[in-house]
Amino acid sequence: MNLTLKVWRQEGPKDKGNLQTHKLSGVTGDMSFLEMMDVLNDQIIREGGDPVVFDHDCREGICGMCSMFINGEAHGPGRGVTTCQLHMRSFKDGDTITIEPWRASAFPVVKDLAVDRGAFDRIIQAGGYVSVNTSGETLDANAIPVPKADADEAFNAATCIGCGACVATCKNASAMLFVSAKVSQFALLPQGQPERKRRVTRMVEQMDKEGFGNCTNTGACAVECPKGIDLTNIARMNRDFLNASVTGE
Amino acid sequence: MLDSKTPEGPLADKWTHHKNNIRLVNPANKRLIDVIVVGTGLAGSSAAASLAEMGYNVKAFCFQDSPRRAHSIAAQGGINAAKNYQNDGDSVHRLFYDTIKGGDYRSRESNVHRLAEVSTSIIDQCVAQGVPFAREYGGLLDNRSFGGVQVSRTFYAKGQTGQQLLLGAYSALSRQIAKGKVKMYNRHEMMDVVLVEGKARGIIARNLVSGEVERHSAHAVVLASGGYGNVFFLSTNAMGSNVSAAWKAHKKGAFMANPCFTQIHPTCIPVSGHYQSKLTLMSESLRNDGRIWVPAKLEDAEAVRQGKLKPTDIPEADRDYYLERRYPAFGNLVPRDVASRAAKERCDAGFGVNGTGEAVYLDYASAFERYGQTEANVLGLKDPSEDRIRELGKAVVKAKYGNLFDMYRQITDDNPYETPMKIYPAVHYTMGGLWVDYNLMTTVPGLYAAGEANFSDHGANRLGASALMQGLADGYFVLPYTIGDYLADDIRTGSVANDSPEFMAAEEEVKTRLRAFIDNDGKTPVDDFHRRLGRLMWDNCGMARNREELTQAMKDISALREEFYADVRVPGKLDGYNPELDKAGRVADLLELGELMCKDALEREESCGGHFRDEHQTEEGEALRRDDDFTFVSAWEFQGEPKDAALHKEELEYKNIELKQRSYK
Ligand code: SF4
Ligand code: FES
Repeated sequence: MNLTLKVWRQEGPKDKGNLQTHKLSGVTGDMSFLEMMDVLNDQIIREGGDPVVFDHDCREGICGMCSMFINGEAHGPGRGVTTCQLHMRSFKDGDTITIEPWRASAFPVVKDLAVDRGAFDRIIQAGGYVSVNTSGETLDANAIPVPKADADEAFNAATCIGCGACVATCKNASAMLFVSAKVSQFALLPQGQPERKRRVTRMVEQMDKEGFGNCTNTGACAVECPKGIDLTNIARMNRDFLNASVTGE
Repeated sequence: MLDSKTPEGPLADKWTHHKNNIRLVNPANKRLIDVIVVGTGLAGSSAAASLAEMGYNVKAFCFQDSPRRAHSIAAQGGINAAKNYQNDGDSVHRLFYDTIKGGDYRSRESNVHRLAEVSTSIIDQCVAQGVPFAREYGGLLDNRSFGGVQVSRTFYAKGQTGQQLLLGAYSALSRQIAKGKVKMYNRHEMMDVVLVEGKARGIIARNLVSGEVERHSAHAVVLASGGYGNVFFLSTNAMGSNVSAAWKAHKKGAFMANPCFTQIHPTCIPVSGHYQSKLTLMSESLRNDGRIWVPAKLEDAEAVRQGKLKPTDIPEADRDYYLERRYPAFGNLVPRDVASRAAKERCDAGFGVNGTGEAVYLDYASAFERYGQTEANVLGLKDPSEDRIRELGKAVVKAKYGNLFDMYRQITDDNPYETPMKIYPAVHYTMGGLWVDYNLMTTVPGLYAAGEANFSDHGANRLGASALMQGLADGYFVLPYTIGDYLADDIRTGSVANDSPEFMAAEEEVKTRLRAFIDNDGKTPVDDFHRRLGRLMWDNCGMARNREELTQAMKDISALREEFYADVRVPGKLDGYNPELDKAGRVADLLELGELMCKDALEREESCGGHFRDEHQTEEGEALRRDDDFTFVSAWEFQGEPKDAALHKEELEYKNIELKQRSYK
């Protein structure tokens, strides 16, 4: 198929960017979206130009590195997929595709389509862990049984890949879905209880400090989340946060 | 002859004994010592976190935008541990034995035994960190079984075990970053290791965003930079996975061990076109319940390939479940190397089932029925219809493997609940790597290698669910202790200067190399060369190898390397974010490594594990080891050109296990 691509180009965080148009032919439906971008870059390089910079690594939907805003949707059309898992069969011959980076003040553009998601790392550093040393001298793994339903729900929350699509999608650029997924994982497990209040307080504080917006319950985040992280996590985090601020750490 | 520094004493006591006797660095002195860790996968993150907890000052580096993205994240199936929770006769000894046998008797007994010993602590540790492993209704941990073993010892978190374990290690790392004990350098690539007076004293790194070349000093350097499967271009590795850190170390004196031992994983989604950038694995856990087959009749295979016949229309009697036929004792659960070769054998004989002729079926139909029947019994259904049973069974399979089935559908546009999946072997893991002694130190003093970057535990073939085990064992429980033995000499050294002549010279060399790429007046993009290298490797150093092809491949790779330097086009600038430049440096190193892999494969005149030489096979076409001549580790010393590398041997002694021809029949 033949496509017209409108791609966001931006030299660095302080520069002004703009959409540049490229024509691309010979695209087939079995290609992934990023393979289509490879073909585009190959063409640009051969013509002596500067290829489009974008983030990607695993190309199988698990590392969370790919991050494109395609035709106004985070990770493009299709639900439950990352940009790297999107295939060109979702598009038609003659289509015009607009490709932009995640847009949020907490995610400054590094170059072109790549953004800096360091804010997510700092939120985890603020408390997204269980404070246990790695000596191996802990309880036997089966010492505390965990109800299967709780373990499964903790797992579901823990499958968040930290891609930031939730932030990019939210009109307020809120990071609530991401933060609540980590808070919930530990809130649902016995190992997470001792630091439960402290964790949620600190992570939410850090989130605010990073400049993410407020949550107004529109739920767009969960719609675009490639891992199906559920909105109930946000409700759980709100409860925990309230509880922690009322009763203290 | 290489000395592995394996401690004396009975096998089962070596590690305890060693830990009790090696030198320690006291907590106050640890504060005076800096350690660099390159890579933040399972081995790197866990090592960095543990070293920091112990009191060392750690600098950690990754090329991705966050340490959480390292490719360990993509491991699917699980992690082994000798817990014997299922009470099926598992033990440390059995895990040790299975790993040595699975590796086709080419790994070091002492290391493997230690791995089996610490395996149980890993599970305890991860649960304490809040890793959400799969559980049974009673609330205890669930297990599944993997290829090459007859017990159920694999712990898992759906098809995302690597993700959950890595996020566990990442959270431990994040905790130390918050405390200021680890300084994290994201989007940084190691460009070289710096030796001062023969010891590793730091690295040259490049800030990938600004393009700045930086000098970082330390008292010791740990490479946890992963494997080099991307030398094949198409592999299940992430796009950025590369050999450069290890290769730069090799060029500075670290020996490369068994580089030709590559794992070709039997269950991957087949190649579909020329533009393809990577291959996707379908977890080995699928072989627990799926059955692998091809049509028994050539004309059926032909009709399937032309789209005239559907697999579901081929009657049972006309299907060849070739693994069950050839290996009745292990069936679909033979080790990976055996399963991969068997698939190749059928496809080479003309029974392949997709357009390229390179695919076999992985069929869940009988699993749907089996699980459905059990579920119907549990629900107390009277005479359920076949359709109802199948629906119930699909629901069970969905709960177990749902994400894998979804992934398959997403990539192929085929519904695996309705028609068997198509799979074919693909490069997945490299058993070879930097040679290390019992303390995980390379042949360069103060330079360590952990996880897939080293060679130590898997011999010529790695068993499923053992990579995660080894990465975390090295990082959490081995290296943080053994490194003390070396660092004990450094408590009075003081901080290492990063502006010594050695550092300045290394920095200059890196800059010159980078500038040469940008200034080169070539026409062809980097990927083009990478793809051609991959083809050469896959055709000549893949699932079956022989003298003639390997000899030719060495020449071809060397010629390709020359062409690369003459004709590669690297756009953009030196000072700025330039992924093409990063790629050029990595491909340059792969172009050297590939030649060494062929040389290693050529010199190893036997078949063992993933290394199969056409010249050395039994009458039934099984791998034929030559223990009298080849029971050793090949460790290569760099001598200017890969083809001139000098061979050093580490003899492998088996005192606790009898060497046998592997049989899974
Ligand atoms: S919650 Fe979903 S969209 Fe947000 S970072 Fe996690 S996986 Fe991505
Ligand atoms: S590249 Fe890893 S999730 Fe897309």
